[in-house]
Amino acid sequence: MLRLEKRPAPSRAWTAATPVLAVVLTMIAGGIMFALLGKNPFEAIRIIFWDPLFHESFAAYSRPQLLVKAGPLILIAIGLALGFRAGVWNIGAEGQYIMGAIAGASFGLAFYPSESPLIFPGMIIAGALGGWAWSMIPAILKTRFRTNEILVSLLLVYVAEKFLASAATGFLRNPEGHGFPGSRNLSRIESMNNPELISGTGMHWGIVAAFIAVITAYVLLNKHVLGYQIKLAGQAPRAARFAGVNPNRLIVLCLGMSGALAGLAGLFEVSGPAGQISIDFNVGYGFTAIIVAFLGRLHPIGILLAGLLMALTYIGGELAQLMLQIPAPAIQAFQGMLLFFLLAVDVLSTYRIRVKKEGVA
Amino acid sequence: MMGIDPITLIVALITVSTPVLLAAIGELVVEKTGVLNLGVEGMMITGAVMGFVVAVNTGSPTLGFLAGMASGMALSLIFGVLTQMLLSNQVATGLALTLFGLGLSALLGVGYPGSTPPPVSDPFPAAMAEIPVIGPILFGHSLIIYLSVLLVAAVWYVLGYTKVGLIIRAVGENHDAAHALGYKVIRIRLMAIMFGGACAGLGGAFLSVVRVQNWVDGMTAGAGWIALALVVFASWKPWRALLGAYLFGGVTALQLRLQAAGINIPVEILAMSPYVITIIVLVIMSSDKSRTALNAPAALGKVFHATG
Repeated sequence: MLRLEKRPAPSRAWTAATPVLAVVLTMIAGGIMFALLGKNPFEAIRIIFWDPLFHESFAAYSRPQLLVKAGPLILIAIGLALGFRAGVWNIGAEGQYIMGAIAGASFGLAFYPSESPLIFPGMIIAGALGGWAWSMIPAILKTRFRTNEILVSLLLVYVAEKFLASAATGFLRNPEGHGFPGSRNLSRIESMNNPELISGTGMHWGIVAAFIAVITAYVLLNKHVLGYQIKLAGQAPRAARFAGVNPNRLIVLCLGMSGALAGLAGLFEVSGPAGQISIDFNVGYGFTAIIVAFLGRLHPIGILLAGLLMALTYIGGELAQLMLQIPAPAIQAFQGMLLFFLLAVDVLSTYRIRVKKEGVA
Repeated sequence: MMGIDPITLIVALITVSTPVLLAAIGELVVEKTGVLNLGVEGMMITGAVMGFVVAVNTGSPTLGFLAGMASGMALSLIFGVLTQMLLSNQVATGLALTLFGLGLSALLGVGYPGSTPPPVSDPFPAAMAEIPVIGPILFGHSLIIYLSVLLVAAVWYVLGYTKVGLIIRAVGENHDAAHALGYKVIRIRLMAIMFGGACAGLGGAFLSVVRVQNWVDGMTAGAGWIALALVVFASWKPWRALLGAYLFGGVTALQLRLQAAGINIPVEILAMSPYVITIIVLVIMSSDKSRTALNAPAALGKVFHATG
């Protein structure tokens, strides 16, 4: 009979190895899923994980996409991870992403057709503020009324989606768009464009921001007292309170940071790769970022790697759709599976598995 | 502007509420055993697609409902094994279940949008449903709706007045004490989790087969999360969950009528209202310190690891 024995401290070796193990297990389970769909599993896995980077005819298009997709995922996941570490569960990043995009785009479009170089920086600030403001709703309700932030932040995603529909068909609609929904194309307006900075790499300001966020979060968690408080509050909430950590302040800070980062991600997306505010410009990065945060072990460097891997599954998924006619949602199920396996093998890092003989006292 | 007929509104309210009610009553039992399963949305949507696919292919709504229940249960079992045996974090695992369920359901439902499910017959003769006023309200529904109310009554009775209910509550209040008394904490929780999964799956199947009569990607649109909110609103009391579900259904049905009637409020504001009102209700409930503190199961969301 197998039994679990708690380790005095999580095993460092397993903590690093479990994400890799989870990816391997997901490839196996995903392979089975593709086989059930009547596709060659080996080919499917190769197309998803190898071809986007190394295929002679697709890689030229796919490689830059890696950064384009990883940027928002990393940016959002870094913010979420800070909260998750402190036990603050913001799962409404998708809504904050939408509100950031709307706020930033509104700021820019309000000055249309001005060509001032200050417009894009202003949009960035407005985007961060939009996401921050949206995340302050669950923060204030949590600190004032003890309302569960998980449910409020999530329900606000649906509210944000309705607001997005109203923006795309109403106050942000392109007046020269012949009545079609969707705003002006920001990426075609010089003063509002978030351009590709180095041609052929996919690098844009959002990815620069993601790298800055990774470094800042790393310093914050390892060198700053706030990072210490975040870790303490998550691991030993009572001890944290005795140590003078104000839980409400931490809730407001964590939700605020993750909201602002999600808002930034939304703004960079809408002014760059997506190009415009449309009813469905958001593609669920806010939710996938939750997987990225956990896959990266809530650690900034881990999140960087996990974001790149998850971006790869997006691009590989599109490629698999094209080459093998694997339905698009299969990739979403695949990503969900990854989180399952990760959580399942996590037991190895916090517990030791011991074989116990039945009946021995 | 057209008037809104109160009787059709009440009939619509009951239909709209039922999927959420089923999911909420299942989750209520799960939470009573001290487990927080945030995967309700994922189980509901998987139940919706499986129920729909099976009902369309077999021509039997009953088989569809059973398939919805079975698929919800199967998904909940993944959650159960992960959280109870592999001791994973319940919040993260529940989220994983929802993300996985949304992807899986979209995958299973490829090619099904637009199919017509078989009609569901009503248990009462049509003549009874034609009685003015009370006819359509009391006798004009499909069997699942009556079952959902019976289920609320059963859960209320079992939790409050039977030994099984006492054990469930003991496990949810203090799993270490329950374990010391010899109760199989993990087994009891697994059974509750599967019950919750079956309820959520049935709710989903009802949504696709009876209420919408179609399959649309992401059609639950947050109903699973609203069910979770309802459990808090209900202070873990079954009849209050029914009240909450009907209140939510009333708001949803009313806003749909108002949209159809072309009232002078933007459609988006109306469409937001069920979510906004759910948040407001949550705030009101949680601001009352004594009430939430007294009723929330004390071991809710905590990991149980038997050391003895």
